[in-house]
Amino acid sequence: MSIKEIVLGPYIQGSAIKKMIKMTPNDVIDEVKSSKIKGRGGAGFPTGLKWQFATSEKEPIKYIVCNADEGEPGTFKDRLILSEYPKRVIEGIIIAGYAIKAKEGFIYLRAEYRYLKKPLEDIMQEMRDDNLLGENILDSDFSFDITIRMGAGAYVCGEEFALIESMNGYRGEPHNKPPFPTQSGYLRKPTVVNNVETLAKIPFVMTMGAEAIKYRGTFESTGTKLFSISGDIEKPGVYEFDMGITVNDLLKIVGGEDAKAVQVGGASGINVAKKDFDKPISYEGLPPGGSIIVFGKDRDMLKVLKNFMEFFAEESCGQCTPCRDGNYRLLEGVKMMEKGECSVRYFKELELLCEVMKDSSKCGLGQTSPNPFITIIKNFRSEILYR
Amino acid sequence: MFLAGGFMGQICDTLSNDISEIIANYGKGREFLLPILNDVNIKFGHISEHTLIEISRQIDIPIGEIHGVMSFYSYLNHEKQGKYVIRLCKTISCDMANKDLIVKSLERELGIKFGETTLDGMFSLTYTNCIGMCDRGPAMLINDDVYHSLTPEKIYEIVNDIKGGKI
Repeated sequence: MSIKEIVLGPYIQGSAIKKMIKMTPNDVIDEVKSSKIKGRGGAGFPTGLKWQFATSEKEPIKYIVCNADEGEPGTFKDRLILSEYPKRVIEGIIIAGYAIKAKEGFIYLRAEYRYLKKPLEDIMQEMRDDNLLGENILDSDFSFDITIRMGAGAYVCGEEFALIESMNGYRGEPHNKPPFPTQSGYLRKPTVVNNVETLAKIPFVMTMGAEAIKYRGTFESTGTKLFSISGDIEKPGVYEFDMGITVNDLLKIVGGEDAKAVQVGGASGINVAKKDFDKPISYEGLPPGGSIIVFGKDRDMLKVLKNFMEFFAEESCGQCTPCRDGNYRLLEGVKMMEKGECSVRYFKELELLCEVMKDSSKCGLGQTSPNPFITIIKNFRSEILYR
Repeated sequence: MFLAGGFMGQICDTLSNDISEIIANYGKGREFLLPILNDVNIKFGHISEHTLIEISRQIDIPIGEIHGVMSFYSYLNHEKQGKYVIRLCKTISCDMANKDLIVKSLERELGIKFGETTLDGMFSLTYTNCIGMCDRGPAMLINDDVYHSLTPEKIYEIVNDIKGGKI
């Protein structure tokens, strides 16, 4: 393969839609399915399968939503895609809409990115003028349009159930599954929610074919992944690497070799210490959420953990007890450790609480927020507990 | 109208008209509640109790329901905010990029603490969680615009530009 980058590489506007319109919706789904591409938001659900679920619903009205509620601490890849490669995402939404036979699509844009709304709307207008969006796309009988919906500042709305609730005009609270959004989503109709990066990869699948994606990455995690890399490094920014890259290789490229730890997958991801830097980042390895925060050798890891727990205590939607109270208690515990007031007995209770939160929280937020607590303390036990 | 005639009546009529204009852009369906609240919040800088009652009356959703939705989102304000709302990111990467220095700098330049609004109603200072500028921290939003790689000098310039009407 000569093309190194899939999302951040060269691309001819409209070529994927031109190819799509000659295929049947089912063929489009089959192509995406055979590429084995998985959701780039972090959860990693196979994209083609999600589309197929929505298609198999009897209800004729369906929707596609592009999840641009990027809120995970340390993640900014979607901002870069939306500001510098927006046409690719919009084409991805159109292709998804065609595949599931939707007439309307949405971009759920977080409030913090409001400055991207106008540029995105201008580009959509440009595409309407080129007959790539709107009525009878490329003179076919496929009509499809996209509206931008603004969020209003809630991390949990990046969770697809919460996002749907928010779009329906309710508090952005996740609910029990099933039903899944593909069964009952926006306006209680079948709705596909895909991450910005996932959709930005779809045009490549269309033009180059599923095999080209499978050629990259690992067997289970095909293709490339965008990484938002920040923290104590020389060259922070967004990088596109093949799935399965090791932490070591990644640190060499961004200039962070003297790191003592790396947070992989954002605040809700896991903390990786130096001894594990040879592990690959992929769905079968370290979680590929896209956020990489590097901690230099002088960082106080308890301060880092406190920042993470403050974040979760604030962003928990408060609906279920394990998450609402659990995150608050973990934050309280961190503050006790800071003052040297946390006994080993109490610490063991907090560890137990982490397990309870993982098992009994309603959504991904409460199930993953104990991750930094568990992994940071595991990696830096003496630094944190013996002070 | 619950307050008929006189000065208050006029205020309520204006409010009522402004809100019906916003609602007319979307429709009265429940799914448009968040876009409506967002627009009202931008137009008035906050969503007051009067406004809440008026929205409820016009789209026929109970006040408690709307209040429940509104209080869920951190960008929808109950209290009147300054003309320029400064939201400084306090999440990990900005924090590690010495956000505390910018906290002090903003408080010094504006003469208020975080959580406060200047007496002239120009600036409000508040924290926000990750705004996706982790590669260029410390970063902040002023209303909808993003400012990154902040230094005390830059803070001085930005505040000065706003006061001088350049932004």
